[in-house]
Amino acid sequence: MTNAPLTTVDGRAITLQSVSKIWGDSRAVDDLSIEVPAGTFTALLGPSGCGKSTTLRMIAGLESVDEGRIRIGDEEVNERAPSKRDLSMVFQSYALFPHLSVAENIVFGLKVRRVSRADRDARLNRVADLLGLSALLERKPAQLSGGQQQRVALGRAIIGEKPVCLMDEPLSNLDAKLRQEMRTEIRALQQQLGFTMVYVTHDQVEAITMADQVVLLNKGRLEQAATPRDLYERPATPFSARFVGTPPMNLIPASALKPLAQADTLLIGVRPEALILDPKGPITAKVKTVEYHGADTLAECSINSEPMQVRLSGGSVVTAGDTVSFGFAAEALHVFDVMQNCRRDDLLPEIGAMLCS
Amino acid sequence: MMRRMALKREWIHGWLLLLPAMVFLFAFTHIPAITTFINSFYSTPRGKRAAKFIGTANYERMFDDPVFWQVLWNNIWFAVGTIPLSIGLAIVMALWVNEKMIGRSFLRMAFFTPTVLPLIAVANIWMFFYTPGFGLFDQLRSGLFGLPSTNYLGSPDTALNAIIVVTVWKEAGFFMIFYLAALQAMPVSLKEAAQIEGANRWTIFWRITFPMLMPTTLFVTVNAVINSFRLVDHIFILTDGGPDNASALLLFYIYETAFRFWETGYGATLTVALLALLSLLAIGQFFFFDKKVHYK
Repeated sequence: MTNAPLTTVDGRAITLQSVSKIWGDSRAVDDLSIEVPAGTFTALLGPSGCGKSTTLRMIAGLESVDEGRIRIGDEEVNERAPSKRDLSMVFQSYALFPHLSVAENIVFGLKVRRVSRADRDARLNRVADLLGLSALLERKPAQLSGGQQQRVALGRAIIGEKPVCLMDEPLSNLDAKLRQEMRTEIRALQQQLGFTMVYVTHDQVEAITMADQVVLLNKGRLEQAATPRDLYERPATPFSARFVGTPPMNLIPASALKPLAQADTLLIGVRPEALILDPKGPITAKVKTVEYHGADTLAECSINSEPMQVRLSGGSVVTAGDTVSFGFAAEALHVFDVMQNCRRDDLLPEIGAMLCS
Repeated sequence: MMRRMALKREWIHGWLLLLPAMVFLFAFTHIPAITTFINSFYSTPRGKRAAKFIGTANYERMFDDPVFWQVLWNNIWFAVGTIPLSIGLAIVMALWVNEKMIGRSFLRMAFFTPTVLPLIAVANIWMFFYTPGFGLFDQLRSGLFGLPSTNYLGSPDTALNAIIVVTVWKEAGFFMIFYLAALQAMPVSLKEAAQIEGANRWTIFWRITFPMLMPTTLFVTVNAVINSFRLVDHIFILTDGGPDNASALLLFYIYETAFRFWETGYGATLTVALLALLSLLAIGQFFFFDKKVHYK
């Protein structure tokens, strides 16, 4: 990427206060409150159907807000048309106009807003330079590859120099290698230009690697809003714990572990990579299958018929059918309360003392 | 040798498969067209007098025939009056019934009904509307405004326009279906992207929707042009070409010449003129539109 002198913008903060979207008798988004600080990158993460796209579309103004308030900057925008919210958006399908050339696609918004021709051309050149589209400006979208189409959509979003940019799963139609490149590129673009980004994805790797803040949604409700590091290290709910990290965190009912047989509303969480072979360890499990990955080995185990995954370093040897004991460091322990659907940090010292040596 | 045999068999096989369609195409399209072209250089056979070659005499007659020029002019006026209006109406109706609203399917059906009705029924309904004195229009005129009765179909000034109205009414709903299908195939995200970029409904229509409907518009226009030169049935029932040929169109004139007056030679000449005109129009349209139409 060249360092073209593209104008930076002052991002605006976005605030959602108890926002809901109701379709008939189901609540697609339910009492959602989020703070997106100005100039930061926030990822809306969650499984499909969790309401993340609906939330984005409500911010954009493409969907009405049934309850609650959305503020962009200092103004409430609930009743405002999409064009009056001063934002840009990249769609999952890119939504490029098929009958217009790349150049016409990119400057569409400027033309609509009657920006002068000279200004338009100057900005087009800068954006095309920045995104490496200069040689393709006369082409039609159908003559471009998926990655190039993606860049045109990005160009159309950034040329307006809007303080807020929304993206709805923009990378899901690209192959894995290109997706990784674009991830870095979009993040760099956002930091360079300084706009506020709200980015919808169902891919936790995308969310964790790109965002300043990850908002995890489940069934229309907020599970957790935190930095990627906090989300990984201190998941607030069992759902957060399972959703982030591959393979997902093991959540073992406390009753399956001998010292904790009475605490039946608790879940003990340990990430597969935190488990180590330890003959004196508190967890005894039967190995069911072993997958060799080179750098590490993935073992599928069971403790009293509760499944558990273990990721062992490449050198360790276990075989299917073995009964093995595992241990883990006290910092790797997570405790969740099933009934209250929350994290119980207050119990960590007590349970840590029982399980970890 | 074997290979040549196999190749030949394949060849025969292919032609046999084509044969049924070819027989019909030749019997009912190509041979009549060629015969018509040949006949246009012959006189009309009568009784014992066989047709004889008369060169371009029929064509000379055609160019001197004031009725030919009148019906041609009528036809051009008819095309200009019906095509833009019915296409415009079709787009407006399609945009309207493409919106989410109550009674949408009823509206769609209502717009399409004229197309489903038999031509004779349509013509008769409109006969009733136009009847002087107690027709619907005259009743409205005298009942609401106290105006005198009129004879839309009976006066040379209004007869053709009255037929134009009926044709637009019948065709717009048919064209609407094509536009509706095209609109529904258009991704919603394009409209949303344009909205976010600040375009209002008018801009979205002219910069996005209308250009993307161009392939449909080409198809519909070609059809509309052909239809406008093909129309006879309404005329039979509504005006019979009158008064004083004021509502006669080219095909109607051909029918009259060939099958009422039995001047088949001259009829063939007129037919050749019609075919030439239609092919010119069709080719011209494709060339004209080709630069402006974006196909996906």
